[in-house]
Amino acid sequence: MKELSLHILDIVENSIAAKAKNISIIIHDDIQNDHLSIIIKDDGKGMDANTLAKVTDPFYTSRTTRKVGLGIPLFKAAAEACNGSFHIQSKPAVGTEVTATFQRSHIDRMPLGDLAATSLNLVVAYPDISWYFHYQRNNKQFIFDSKIIRQELEDIPYSDPLVLSFLRKHFTEGLEELEN
Amino acid sequence: MAQIKSLEDLKRIREEALRKKEIKRASGEKQVIVGMGTSGIAAGARDTMKAILRVIEEENLTGIVVTQTGGLGLDAKEPIVQVIIGEEPKVTYGNVTPDVAVRIIKEHVVAGKVVSEYVIHA
Repeated sequence: MKELSLHILDIVENSIAAKAKNISIIIHDDIQNDHLSIIIKDDGKGMDANTLAKVTDPFYTSRTTRKVGLGIPLFKAAAEACNGSFHIQSKPAVGTEVTATFQRSHIDRMPLGDLAATSLNLVVAYPDISWYFHYQRNNKQFIFDSKIIRQELEDIPYSDPLVLSFLRKHFTEGLEELEN
Repeated sequence: MAQIKSLEDLKRIREEALRKKEIKRASGEKQVIVGMGTSGIAAGARDTMKAILRVIEEENLTGIVVTQTGGLGLDAKEPIVQVIIGEEPKVTYGNVTPDVAVRIIKEHVVAGKVVSEYVIHA
């Protein structure tokens, strides 16, 4: 993976597989403290302590079609290569929270990359999930709550061209504002 | 918060979309699925998805449902895209770069002609 936003897209697939209905992505890009953190939180079926101990093992997967699950180990390695940390907290029937932290200025730290594309991708591909994105850069923040959008749109799908255009601009412009 | 000022936009979007939906209802459901497992993402599936959403927006194509799925178990041919149109059998495409994705939408999903050189026969 070349971007942290690609890792996010990948890790969220685990939440989908765990039948989550509410998924939050919280990113804090803190230049002053030279720190970047990414939290992905879901209300999926969660894991017991045994499974939790195994998920960072690249040769473990809950899937039966193929033997190796690399999503979590790759994300963990990315954080640990940058003076960062990686934690997963999980409780059966409650949900799972994945936290990765990075030394922001570390030479090996990947860029966040196209976070607007990842955000749009997730919302459109999984319209039945309630998405909550909280992206913070220093003191500025961008918050997206799909419940508000869904209420207004009612039964109009996210893949309608007008809605797509609205969402794409909303994410692109919102994230650009954070950069300035 | 930015979304408050855009609620009015959403209301307008909804009304316009509702009008078009009535016209499209007869044409049958069109579904596009992008394989978005770890290997798919590493092979560029997000760019493929981005291109699909972009062409839907630019060409103003309604009635297409776009979803994604975890690994489809065809790692060597990622990015993978599947197309299902109404009752027709599912068509699976491999090595779908953004350019190929645009062709699949325009030629297959819109015009009904399968882009045969990228079809995978599993």
